[in-house]
Amino acid sequence: MTLAAHALSNRPIGGDKSVASLDERSRYLRRLVIRALQGGGRGHVGSSLSPLEMIRVLYDDVLRYRPDDAHWPGRDLFVMSKGHGCLALYALLADKNFIPIETLDDFCRFESILGGHPEFGKVPGVEASTGALGHGLSIGVGMALAARIQRRDTRIFVLCGDGEINEGSVWEAAMAASKHNLSNLTVLIDYNKLQSAGPTDAIQPLEPLADKFRAFGFRAVEVDGHDLVALRQMLVPRPEAGVPPLALICHTIKGRGIGFAEGRADWHHKAKLPQADIDRLIAGLGEAL
Amino acid sequence: MRQTSLNMVFELAKADPRVVFIGSDLGPDTLADMKAELPERYFMEGIAEQNLIGMAAGMAFSGLVPYLNTIATFMTRRCFEQVAVDLCLHDLPVRLISSGGGTVYAPLGPTHLAIEDIAIMRALPNMTIIAVADAEEMRRMMPATLQWPHPIYIRLGKGGDPIVTSPDDGFTIGKAIIKRPKAEILIVSTGIMLGPCLQAADQMAKSGINCCVLHMHTIKPLDVETLLDCAGAARLVVSVEEHVVNGGLGSAVLECLADHMPGQMPIMRRLGLPDAFPVHYGTQEQHLKHNGLDAAGIIAAVQAGLGLKSGLRDV
Repeated sequence: MTLAAHALSNRPIGGDKSVASLDERSRYLRRLVIRALQGGGRGHVGSSLSPLEMIRVLYDDVLRYRPDDAHWPGRDLFVMSKGHGCLALYALLADKNFIPIETLDDFCRFESILGGHPEFGKVPGVEASTGALGHGLSIGVGMALAARIQRRDTRIFVLCGDGEINEGSVWEAAMAASKHNLSNLTVLIDYNKLQSAGPTDAIQPLEPLADKFRAFGFRAVEVDGHDLVALRQMLVPRPEAGVPPLALICHTIKGRGIGFAEGRADWHHKAKLPQADIDRLIAGLGEAL
Repeated sequence: MRQTSLNMVFELAKADPRVVFIGSDLGPDTLADMKAELPERYFMEGIAEQNLIGMAAGMAFSGLVPYLNTIATFMTRRCFEQVAVDLCLHDLPVRLISSGGGTVYAPLGPTHLAIEDIAIMRALPNMTIIAVADAEEMRRMMPATLQWPHPIYIRLGKGGDPIVTSPDDGFTIGKAIIKRPKAEILIVSTGIMLGPCLQAADQMAKSGINCCVLHMHTIKPLDVETLLDCAGAARLVVSVEEHVVNGGLGSAVLECLADHMPGQMPIMRRLGLPDAFPVHYGTQEQHLKHNGLDAAGIIAAVQAGLGLKSGLRDV
């Protein structure tokens, strides 16, 4: 799909707020996602492609970590609260040598360390087991408070899906983050406007989302979630002491990078992905801008 | 018992910088001394149990040992998924000090009674479940929690419960205490039911019927070795718990005996609360008596058990 096509009225859901094009590295990371989809013959396709640039920027430009020492105490912490988007995380963990790249070929297989939702203790670099939604932000709040108690300058990033924040527990955690003024905590919302059942504004409307987070005491900023420059601008600078936690609402496109899957709820998850579909995904990726 | 447990949290926190206290919406004076002396490690976080559990998990990931306190039923029913996933799946050292286990909150009705909490927690891998008998045992138990590497559900009785344990009993997590020696009748209890069980056993002893009393303060992991040792000498086993009969201590004992004593199981009777939401208010004592969870009821259960086996009906 071309940029010009995005501008037409027939653009995919989410296309009105996200127009950034994809570079070769973004396409390479998507090939890793497709490699795992092929290995497992299944997976959350759309849900893994929308947060890819957010996770890429975190691992390329923001987080401190040591792939050969995943529990290094000086590391920053990333919690993939929307665990079903784990293929994006697995792609980065493979790319950064936390796990051998061949591990992707075993995705969801009986003996694999890579399941359909990421698990702490199995996958080096995964900080918490997620998949049941609405858990990550509370865990992030606890991690941020622990860093404060232990006088560490750890930054904590929690990535939530837009459907995920239907869960009331997210807002319990948001209140706590605000109460404790957790400057070192950032929640990123993968706002692809589609949940499993359909458009978020039809299933459980979230707007005005930025105002909701502001009302809960966050600094809320909206960016194009596929725009690397915009993401870096918001995520790289360390927050000043005393500022409220940040909610970075990232406007994304579900299935971004695979033309025919973009903005399509039916590409949220596929329990069966025969080789023909894998071939289509690879071909679709070649066409993406 | 609750006061002792919270005081112990403060004592542990003074000695160990990993210890953190997290309450929900407890009384304004709760651990006021800790709040004043260690404010960075004292949290009162409001009526948000899901967040409390997740937050404690996040802290435990970072090497802290959080002690939570709220009402037992909200610690179990409300945030079960957080307990299962955040604590048990990660096997994190978080301690859930749960007020009002059993029928303590009888006057407040069924929304506040934690009568299936043990069953709920028993279903979870990695969870440890402890119900001590009195405040003195609480004092001995709490230090043992500090180095225990798994999540713990600590079930509290009412408070002001009679002291029925002694310093000689000691306390080791997962190690049951034999309070009356091995005999043909074995009474296994947990929590504050130890008191009436001892009363019943001592009363029956006067009539020449000796009962072993086994205090199973740790329901999970169950002390299989001691239980089998005592059950091997018994022809009747009676479990006694302030909990529904399905899924709690009695079920744990029954499962253990069925697994380990095929064809040789003693007769077993489970004394507890029925599989129903309580319809009465009143007091904890009234509920216990109503359900046979007092010395008289325990004696009756033993009599019935013996009657089934041998026709003896008078004790």
